[in-house]
Amino acid sequence: MSRVAAIEAEGLVKVYRSRKTEVRALDGVDLEVREGTVLGLLGPNGAGKTTTVRILATLLRADEGTARVAGLDVRKESQAVRKMIGLSGQYAAVDENLTGRENLWMFARLYQLPGAEARRRADELLGQFGLEDAGDRVAKTYSGGMRRRLDLAAALVGRPRLLFLDEPTTGLDPRSRLGMWDVIRRQVREGNTLLLTTQYLEEADELADEIAVVDHGRIIARGTADELKTQVGGERIEVVVHDRERLSEAAGMLATDGSGSLDERTKRLTIEAHGGAQQLVEVVRVLGDARIGIDDIAFRRPTLDDVFLSLTGRAAEELTEENGE
Amino acid sequence: MPAPVADGLVIAWRTLKRVPRIPELAVFAILQSIMFVVLFAFVFGGAIPLPGGGSYREYLMPGIYVQTLAFASITTAIGFADDMTKGIIDRFRSLPMARSGVLSGRTLADVVYTLGILVVLMLSGLVVGWRVHSSVGDFLLAVLLMLFFTYAMAWVGVYLGLVAPTVETVQQLGFLIIFPLTFLSNAFVPTETLPSVLQPIAEWNPISVLTQATRELFGNPSPSLTDSFPSEHPFLLSVLWTIAILAVFAPLGVRRYRAIDR
Repeated sequence: MSRVAAIEAEGLVKVYRSRKTEVRALDGVDLEVREGTVLGLLGPNGAGKTTTVRILATLLRADEGTARVAGLDVRKESQAVRKMIGLSGQYAAVDENLTGRENLWMFARLYQLPGAEARRRADELLGQFGLEDAGDRVAKTYSGGMRRRLDLAAALVGRPRLLFLDEPTTGLDPRSRLGMWDVIRRQVREGNTLLLTTQYLEEADELADEIAVVDHGRIIARGTADELKTQVGGERIEVVVHDRERLSEAAGMLATDGSGSLDERTKRLTIEAHGGAQQLVEVVRVLGDARIGIDDIAFRRPTLDDVFLSLTGRAAEELTEENGE
Repeated sequence: MPAPVADGLVIAWRTLKRVPRIPELAVFAILQSIMFVVLFAFVFGGAIPLPGGGSYREYLMPGIYVQTLAFASITTAIGFADDMTKGIIDRFRSLPMARSGVLSGRTLADVVYTLGILVVLMLSGLVVGWRVHSSVGDFLLAVLLMLFFTYAMAWVGVYLGLVAPTVETVQQLGFLIIFPLTFLSNAFVPTETLPSVLQPIAEWNPISVLTQATRELFGNPSPSLTDSFPSEHPFLLSVLWTIAILAVFAPLGVRRYRAIDR
């Protein structure tokens, strides 16, 4: 893996001012993404993810701090930066009154590709993204997943080495999300550098080499998915027992180290799962032997909330007033 | 082709491509104007005497044309505001394209679009009895003058589209500005019939001078009892007004567009 930094940011500050309020969207963000790797920016709505991406993609000017993309200053050499990057946002920014093909042709022309080459590139991308059948339909008629794929295809028109994906799967159904992941993985295999924002720990885990957790405009933790998960504690097993009186008894049997947590109201017991499916069988067996009735039992992966809970001691909260998200 | 021109043409292509895809926009623009023709030619027209005589319908049509051009700027504004909220402007701004292309392409496309609407309206004008009594040269000069004005008004539209936070605001704001402008003019009634306080406003109004200039170029009745400066020099004033609007709103629009990143 190369050691060259594809993205470097230092002390980024962005304050959104309106007449009454002042929101510090970014409060000193430092970032480094090595070439050919994927950084996942993980955080709740309003944490500053989109603002960070917009600054790095030359769309927004930081109030303080510096950022270099592919070695170029995003502020002073913005036009050169734009030649190196592709941007795909959470709202599909395509012209909904043009067909998929027309959209891609237009963006290719604006990437300064000559006409014939622009046409070729549009065809190629439609094929790559499984849109060839819909290529001559107006984008308005596309499903959410198709629009998002077209938006990502548009970001790739200029063969960028650096890709910014702002919540690429937010609002997509599970199947479209998996499809999107495949497309993103292909970009990674081709050696591109990716900065991806997401609200889903699972998604960052699937796609990113390194994860930076953002909260209130700051990066509060960074590391590989494994490092973060160790901190958070991996998967959990949740059991809902039938009789409330026997909840603590069950906890005593299953979480002998006292690591389990109880919720009396919902009769729910949560324990850390280190043994995978085998442990699930074990739990069922132990409770069955003790004749403790089970209403529900499930594996649960740690969520963004668990990460925040373990990092900050509170759940992820949404800041609704931020303009940037 | 230099990048700003090529990129501008791509944006113009994209803007015009939308017209047949959202036919209701053009259809409503035309219907609205035709409604005014019907209203004034058939309902109010009989009650509006032209000083010095002449056909009211021939008097009316240039007013309708100019009113339509002014309203076209709202279409520009709505289109631009829509692009802003849908994120496509962000997409353009993330591309290594000439930044000027987004604005020049949009305004150019809107002139072409408005020319199309103007042709339809002139044909409707012929149906209700409007005629051109001058030379081909004068006719073309009138059309050119109107398109120049349209171009300047498109920049007003771009600016409105950039400053207004939503498409709905643009719509309201546009009507609030354009409606009084067209009614405080000679587009429908001779300014002599207005209260004396409003007369100077109506006479200097860019809509009035342009309407009068085109009436004279078409050879349509253009009565004016006063010998005020605007009614004596409508052509000159139309050109000056258009240049003034352009000189104010083009730099404003460009500056505002550049400041989106703040």
